[in-house]
Amino acid sequence: MTGRAGPDAGPEAGRPAATWVDEALREHAEHAGPAAARPGAAPPEREQQVLDRIDRARRRRPRVREERITMSHGSGGKATRTLVEAVFLEAFRNPLLEPLEDAAQLHLNGSRVALTTDSYVVSPLFFPGGDIGDLAVNGTVNDLAVAGATPLYLSAGFILEEGFPVADLTRIVASMKAAAEVAGIQVVTGDTKVVQRGKADGCYINTAGIGVMEHEMSLGVANAQPGDAVIVSGPIGDHGVTIMLARGELDIEADITSDTAPLNGLIADLLSATTGVRALRDATRGGVATILNEVATAAGVGVTVNEDAIPVADVVRGASELLGIDPMYVACEGRLVAVVAGEEAGTALAALRAHPLGEQAAIIGQITDEPPGIVLLKTAFGGTRIVDLLVGDPLPRIC
Amino acid sequence: MRFVDEFRSADKAHALAAKIAELCEPGRQYKLMEVCGGHTHTIYKHGLEDYLPESITLVHGPGCPVCVIPMGRVDDAMALASEPDTIMTSFGDMMRVPGSKGSFFDAKAAGTDIRMVYSPLDSLKIARRSPDKRVVFMAIGFETTTPSTAMTVLRAAAEGLGNFSIFCNHVTIIPAIKAILDSPDLRLDGFIGPGHVSTVIGCRPYEFIARDYGKPVVVAGFEPLDILQSIYMLMLQLSEGRSEVENQYTRVVPWDGNLAALRAINQVMELRPYFEWRGLGFISQSAMRVRPEYAAFDAELLFDVPGVRVADPKACQCGEVLKGVLKPWECKVFGTACTPETPIGTCMVSPEGACAAYYNFGRMNRRRVVEVSIT
Repeated sequence: MTGRAGPDAGPEAGRPAATWVDEALREHAEHAGPAAARPGAAPPEREQQVLDRIDRARRRRPRVREERITMSHGSGGKATRTLVEAVFLEAFRNPLLEPLEDAAQLHLNGSRVALTTDSYVVSPLFFPGGDIGDLAVNGTVNDLAVAGATPLYLSAGFILEEGFPVADLTRIVASMKAAAEVAGIQVVTGDTKVVQRGKADGCYINTAGIGVMEHEMSLGVANAQPGDAVIVSGPIGDHGVTIMLARGELDIEADITSDTAPLNGLIADLLSATTGVRALRDATRGGVATILNEVATAAGVGVTVNEDAIPVADVVRGASELLGIDPMYVACEGRLVAVVAGEEAGTALAALRAHPLGEQAAIIGQITDEPPGIVLLKTAFGGTRIVDLLVGDPLPRIC
Repeated sequence: MRFVDEFRSADKAHALAAKIAELCEPGRQYKLMEVCGGHTHTIYKHGLEDYLPESITLVHGPGCPVCVIPMGRVDDAMALASEPDTIMTSFGDMMRVPGSKGSFFDAKAAGTDIRMVYSPLDSLKIARRSPDKRVVFMAIGFETTTPSTAMTVLRAAAEGLGNFSIFCNHVTIIPAIKAILDSPDLRLDGFIGPGHVSTVIGCRPYEFIARDYGKPVVVAGFEPLDILQSIYMLMLQLSEGRSEVENQYTRVVPWDGNLAALRAINQVMELRPYFEWRGLGFISQSAMRVRPEYAAFDAELLFDVPGVRVADPKACQCGEVLKGVLKPWECKVFGTACTPETPIGTCMVSPEGACAAYYNFGRMNRRRVVEVSIT
């Protein structure tokens, strides 16, 4: 046992600060250039100089600083992006991978094909409105559909933990079968691995999918142009909030179910109604905010969104207010974000609303020239702020 | 949605903004400090500054619980957490705060058992479920969270739970405000008082600010209209030459505070002679420690705490930001070496930290952007 140390011990000289700080500073000095804010400049001008400097810093080549993978690397936010770009893209770099879209677009013997893969590790495995099985089919179907492809075939790989109940597995597979029927695809190949107890959390699933591109158009977030409209297909954040509540750690009970659904039917209707669609994304990890940032960055445009126009269920709003998180960052599993040429926005909205999964579709904002690379939110309160990527998962606030 | 939308009405905001503008004396500059990080978050999240005339500047104060935790304390917590058979529990905000060897998230990735909890009481559940482990709660925060830590210790004592303790880092707001008032490099016109802290301590503790320093204080709620109304109330006091403590947040804050909560704190904790605040240095009688009667729940006595003071990185200007001397973007490393991904200073970590709020919500040329969003 020791006496009280630390804060009561008095102000003596401490040990020097961490080496990672020195490293960050050195790197900053190398890259930041000469534009340290001139003290003499007028404040608005100085602030703009700082903003320009930050902009340059953000365009630096990403580097993973952590020695180990943390949970943030799996959140879909900035840490994920850094990992993907610095490790995976760096190693595999090729023109098909480089756009980092939800599916790769391939040309095989004259036909255009989309290929994608996704792994599912959701906890709990069963939740109101669905389970890991629906997710594993719908998620991959949606990644193909938002590329403009008609999903056809899926693979399914299972990593099972020793001791996992066969009844649960059967239930999961039955959900996959049902979801496949709704989406009109077939599971045509698969793999099974079993790991020792404690080496996995019950059941993980990987699915890969392949689809054909029947439309001439090439969809991608880099296509966004000033004047385009931004549309969401329905209320956002239902899935993420359902999962948070289903984990039972928050002691909040609410009547809410996951939005997991296959979007290929909705997207087929949309693409037949108009040729004005420039980009589609399904708003999974990282939520709508992350997609809008990808649009702004990839196309070098501004995205301006009206908070009032974003459909959010009261339950999701309420839970988000209690937890201090923003629904814009909460995952959906059956909602898409569409960027559509301004003059076609009305047609696109009508096509979405005519489908049961798009009844509450809404135009939430538009693409602008200024400020490039930034997502602006006109708040319901009447102010303006930016909507940035999160580093990791949204963390509940203390008070 | 009820209880939310009525506090975010743009129409009411426009009306208040017009009244605030009328109260500004031509040629006079006003600096108002919102003490609490929760207010900073609200101001940025709702873009409240769009409603203020250029002569009113909001200065972001020290009331962000994780922002004021010095690096050495984070290192101490990680040393505790890495003891054998130990589980550390922490609020989510704390997980990314850097010590000299990384954050709780990094320590977790390296195998240390650190778990995020939503309430200190959740730590007791973990302690009951894991009788062969020692569970330590990383207790941080101002008077807002101190009562729940105190209640948790009282509950643990009543249950005779032998494997639970707290690493107490609770701080008190009044000495920090006094340190800021006594700081020579600052001229403030008034304070937006912390709402949630005041639900516990009430409004009386701020009376010295109005009486001895001649600065008005308005205790404010956390919705954007609350803050705008508080600014109006401060401007009205200034225009009438008054300096009083007023309570805007009457729907929640009782003038005399919450006696039951204060009693619980007083039963379990006592003031430390002094405590180090990140960026502000040592402030006397500014933090709490566990009373000897509850020594069995004091991790500082149960564990070998290194207690090594770690100097803040020289480049970090968190102290100046916490005192409101610098705006976040005026810090030399803001947004380049210090970002939310790799925060050097704690102000960049918590969503309530002034730097993180500015980086995540306000990193824009407000004039240019307002023009864009109107068209």
